[in-house]
Amino acid sequence: MSDRQVEISIDGNDVTVNEGATLLDACREHNIETPTLCYLENLTPVNACRVCVVELEGSRTLVPACSRQAEPGMKIQTDSERVRHSRKLVLELLASSVDMSLANDEIQGFMKRYDAEPEKFGKTAPASAEGERDRRRTGHHHAPDGATAETVAQPVKIHDEMYVRDYSRCILCYKCVEACGVDAQNSFAISAAGRGFDARISTEFNTRLDDSACVYCGNCIGVCPTGALMFKPEHDHREAGTWDEASQSVTRTVCSYCGVGCNLELRVQDNEIVRVTSPTDHDVTDGHLCIKGRFGWQFVQNR
Amino acid sequence: MDLHWMDASPTEDERAAVDTLLGRADASDKPGEPLEEHVIRGGREAAENKRHLLLPTLHAVQGEIGWISAGALNYVCRRLTVPPAEAYGVATFYALLSTEKRPKRIAHVCDDIACKLKGADALCNELEATLEPDTWHRSPCLGQCERGPAVLFQLAGEEDRTLTAADADAIRSGLEGGADRPEPKPSTPQTQGSREEGLRLLRRVGVCDPTSLDDYREHGGYVSLRRAVSIGADAILREVKDSGIRGRGGAAFPMGIKWDAVAKAPATPHYIVCNADESEPGTFKDRVLMEEDPFAIVEAMTIAGFATGSQRGFLYIRGEYPLAKKRLQNAIDVATRRGFLGADVMGSSFRFDIEIRCGAGAYICGEETALFNSIEGFRGEPRNKPPFPTQVGLFGKPTVVNNVETLVNVLDIVGDGGPAFAALGSKDSTGPKLFCLSGNVERPGLYEVPFGTTLRELLDKSGATDNIQAVLLGGAAGTFLGPDELDIALTFEGTREVGASLGSGVVMVFDEHADMTGTLLRVAAFFRDESCGQCVPCRVGTVRVEEALQRMARSNGNGAADTALIDELALVMKDASICGLGHTAASAIQSALARNLLTTKDSDS
Repeated sequence: MSDRQVEISIDGNDVTVNEGATLLDACREHNIETPTLCYLENLTPVNACRVCVVELEGSRTLVPACSRQAEPGMKIQTDSERVRHSRKLVLELLASSVDMSLANDEIQGFMKRYDAEPEKFGKTAPASAEGERDRRRTGHHHAPDGATAETVAQPVKIHDEMYVRDYSRCILCYKCVEACGVDAQNSFAISAAGRGFDARISTEFNTRLDDSACVYCGNCIGVCPTGALMFKPEHDHREAGTWDEASQSVTRTVCSYCGVGCNLELRVQDNEIVRVTSPTDHDVTDGHLCIKGRFGWQFVQNR
Repeated sequence: MDLHWMDASPTEDERAAVDTLLGRADASDKPGEPLEEHVIRGGREAAENKRHLLLPTLHAVQGEIGWISAGALNYVCRRLTVPPAEAYGVATFYALLSTEKRPKRIAHVCDDIACKLKGADALCNELEATLEPDTWHRSPCLGQCERGPAVLFQLAGEEDRTLTAADADAIRSGLEGGADRPEPKPSTPQTQGSREEGLRLLRRVGVCDPTSLDDYREHGGYVSLRRAVSIGADAILREVKDSGIRGRGGAAFPMGIKWDAVAKAPATPHYIVCNADESEPGTFKDRVLMEEDPFAIVEAMTIAGFATGSQRGFLYIRGEYPLAKKRLQNAIDVATRRGFLGADVMGSSFRFDIEIRCGAGAYICGEETALFNSIEGFRGEPRNKPPFPTQVGLFGKPTVVNNVETLVNVLDIVGDGGPAFAALGSKDSTGPKLFCLSGNVERPGLYEVPFGTTLRELLDKSGATDNIQAVLLGGAAGTFLGPDELDIALTFEGTREVGASLGSGVVMVFDEHADMTGTLLRVAAFFRDESCGQCVPCRVGTVRVEEALQRMARSNGNGAADTALIDELALVMKDASICGLGHTAASAIQSALARNLLTTKDSDS
């Protein structure tokens, strides 16, 4: 990164940031809490969720902090009425159409901070039948009657012992697509398909993952912020009502399969590994793993 | 990483459809490998260079076979070295491509706002009762608003074609392979009967054979390019700047600034893109220009290329315009044969080539950066701006992107000079302007008037009734005006003053019998269908707007609360959406609610 500095004003305070920094970098550097959903340090910003928008003087619309670079003289507001309105509405629109109950604590915090009231769009419509959302004809929909609010609710997809895909929880942040593609794995097993509200994450022709290009690295699950993608053991615990985060411990270790030296974080409940991740700031993995580190831990528990 | 293909194989016909476009595969068919030697040797970069052929290849399969099977998609992916999941994502983005088997002949019947005024709902009801459900679909605006109800036939193995002023019998006959109707006359009332004097953009319409280069030249064609070549690029840029022309596609951006920026951009190559993805409901101006004066567009693009140092132009036509595509392809072929395109344009040693690209049923691809993604073989999702196209455009290079009508004006700007052009119209809105008149008017069609003409004058010209309930100005992304607002001057600044915009030049007239509630619901449904789905405010916001409007239409809920809800949604869409679709998706609905157009209907019934 260049050592040149850029001066901008955030909420009336003049601050200096590195040239090339985004407005989000600038806000974080100066401890201004900025909500994000589709942004992750180890992925290319797609700026699709729009929850990080800030008000930029001279701009007709708000701008996404995660991808807009700081330019000299920019004056931004991060907590104006317009900013609060857009952030609140984005959260409400998502929570009214997607099951956000397993979204991480940070997201739950945003909902509280912006007083999101997703109920205001009415009671939720019934879930669609299995596979129905995957076959919708592009550019067409059945007219709603307004009595209920449409959602993406649909049956969960479980086809193997490793992955659970619960697209009722998908906010279309594109993180999984990026992690599966050039940002990490280069498998390209999934993509956004369809259009508009019927857009969804899909393999080709909605084929099962084991028939697709998926290599089961689990990196998509690693980046999913809402629990739409989940490791099967975690899903089973949650279904059985035995998932108990408070009692879990995290052990950091190094993967023993090869010589690369990937750091692993083993989440353990009742002396049983329930989830394996890697720290996003670990310089070997950038938070990404392969199938062995992610799923090949059963031998540890071979008692 | 090797790509993973599907197991499915193409049929002989599917393979032939792809090979007709791409040529035969040059690598032997080994499982797990691409089918192109150069990709096997050249790796990722070689593959990326072919990605832009994805949409044309999908079109080729759809056009020949009638749908895109897993086997066909797999073969396309292996030929172009594209991951199947991504190709599926692209194919399912477009309404005119089908990844499920369907009949070889399909009728897309427009039930959008203009055709609704011409009885499209009754027509659709009749079709529902008499036709097999999978042989026809309701369609968003087909750009034939002046002569609806309109139908587009998608015919596997044959050229697609349109049918206007359609009725159920003609649709049935078209689906059964009945004969084509003769082409209707150009929809330009000013050129019929005693021809109006002084027309510029429409000067050749109705008098010049659109398929003949010689006729085009006899009617003033290629005079401007000759002048352009003799005065040089800098002088052209000066004329364009002096003309004060602003874009006619909807955003009204000064054209001179765009051209200048690209001409000066250090990165190379530069590209010219002509945005002919006209899809704004109520808009058909570019269609008429393309069908009736195609050489003018080719000449104007060539001048744009010459002025901005670009050697390659892309003409992106919406997939619903088969005749426009045919005429332009002919114009490009003839111009190339005769030295008006190609390696040595008019003996000037300047090289310029134009390629046609076809959309496939996606309004969003008229957004310039979505259009780039569509050409490049990706989903037509808009990009975040900045960077702007003049810096990072098509294939990541500096790109001029102009609407058809905007470009055609260049011929006069270069021919007569910028100041002469600026003398017409108002100070901030210079030149002539095309307006698309449809709905309850006696003489619907395309009208050319100088900027500054009032809306009332235009309505009088087209024979609008005295019993106007509302006029939609600018399209579905525009504004409804009431009968007391007809004296506004049709300029960018004049419409801005009343909170409206000229948009793409739509003037749709609704008389006192028009079903405004149904119209508004159709507008809301349109944006829900056409949102690309990338950003939350637009993807979910358009759904919530439609739901609120449905409640209001059914008087099922609290009207005031729903109006407030729509305002809240409109604000987040305007403030936080990625692109213009989301920014304007609720404008027309808000303007109608502000003018009580929804309740008018309720109190009547």
